[in-house]
Amino acid sequence: MRLVHVLLSYLIAGWSGFFVMAIELLGGRLMAPSFGSSIYVWGAIITVFMLALSLGYLAGGRWSMRAPSVRRLGLILMAAALTVAPLLAYGERLLDYVATAVPDPRFGSLLAASALFFVPTLLSGMVSPYAVRLLVQDRATSGRHAGQLYFVSTFGSAAGTLLTSFYLVLLMEVRTILLSMIAVSLGLGACAFFVGKAGDADR
Amino acid sequence: MLIGNLRWRLAALLLLAAGCVGCGQNATAQGMKLVHAERSLYREVLVYEGRGVRCMCFTRECRVGRQSCLDLHDADRIVMTYPRMMLTALYVMPEPAKVLIIGLGGGTLPIALQHVVPDVRIDVVEIDPAVVKVAKRYFGFAENDSTRATVADGRVFVKRALREGRRYDLIMLDAFDHEYIPEHLLTQEFLSEVKALLSPGGVLAANTFSASRLYDHESATYAAVFPAFFNLKKDNRVIIASNGELPSKETLRANSKRFERVFRRFGFEAASMLPLFSTKADWDTNARVLTDQYSPANLLNLRQRE
Repeated sequence: MRLVHVLLSYLIAGWSGFFVMAIELLGGRLMAPSFGSSIYVWGAIITVFMLALSLGYLAGGRWSMRAPSVRRLGLILMAAALTVAPLLAYGERLLDYVATAVPDPRFGSLLAASALFFVPTLLSGMVSPYAVRLLVQDRATSGRHAGQLYFVSTFGSAAGTLLTSFYLVLLMEVRTILLSMIAVSLGLGACAFFVGKAGDADR
Repeated sequence: MLIGNLRWRLAALLLLAAGCVGCGQNATAQGMKLVHAERSLYREVLVYEGRGVRCMCFTRECRVGRQSCLDLHDADRIVMTYPRMMLTALYVMPEPAKVLIIGLGGGTLPIALQHVVPDVRIDVVEIDPAVVKVAKRYFGFAENDSTRATVADGRVFVKRALREGRRYDLIMLDAFDHEYIPEHLLTQEFLSEVKALLSPGGVLAANTFSASRLYDHESATYAAVFPAFFNLKKDNRVIIASNGELPSKETLRANSKRFERVFRRFGFEAASMLPLFSTKADWDTNARVLTDQYSPANLLNLRQRE
């Protein structure tokens, strides 16, 4: 595997970690006008993200068994970013609609969080196991590669949490932050798509 | 897995964020004795007694602000300054038929309003069921035909009330405290919703804590929705805004006289509050307006004013 592919795989995993946590934190802000900021809302958001990630890990691992490539890793990242876009256009209306239809604060926010965040988070969850498949060359180094990937991905999450909650919300509107992150994901994904070629990872 | 670990920690952090400031010590400071601790979804709701008063607090030994206090020897007396300031909203709206109170605390405001305005109908919305329970058991708050308490988020309640076409003559916003501001209750959109929920000439009284850079942003946000408002500052800041014209100083004075007797029973002189009614814009009018898209109220509250 070429060095640039290795770097791109780590970069995408790290950025994906950043992306997920930033969306999660902004999710609380997006939902507050319709659902408030009661403990149920945060409970619903965290549940949906955990559930979507867990299924994403499963799906990412499965998909990595068929012709894995950096190119496809880039596609996953771009797909995750694009599924955030409807949230910008219809998020508010959908939230108000669900809040009216399901007045119970627990199930209402669970349903709304699922509708908005499940798909992008599931796709983001696919990134890490898929990248592990690309990076691991043999059994002896598999643990090291997996460890490095966990590190990069979780470090990205920490950075995404800190930067979003301490700084980004002070600098920009929520939709500007979301748009910027979508742009970064598309840029990074496009890089991987054009640099990588199908079938690269296979020895 | 991967991001999961961090996430659990974040979850734990969020759950604890409001709760456990300085837990684990026995209460002796200021001679306040812990009488009751009510477990809640959000934080422990603590009741302390000492020096003739009983207070509801969210932190051990009432270190960071008392939510609400009751005089044990004179139940009518209003102990703290801010509910007195809030009640002066009656100088602007002397006979409210329907009142909405967002944030119950110990129930000082609804109890006082029941005394002052005989036929008033009061809706109280409180996010924390434990606060409602403690207010009833320790602070004399009671629900009855004219007073109803709902456990819900204030913003959610306001939106629902708008959909149902309800209107209020007086809305009292008392959901902030020293430590934490619910950011979705300090945006242009929220204030517009509140304004839409006011009857013509209806009045909003808001108890706020902004002293830092947030003061400018909060003021600019209120100014964006209410062209003019009274800005009362003593220990706290109370904003009194109207869905209509603000009354003149003479009208305020005349209205205040109607409450002389009952406010004296509460422990203060009605006229003593009049000098607090200021309409001077003593803030940076160029400060950015807070919106649902831009609402870092708590971060701004950490910043010094320039």
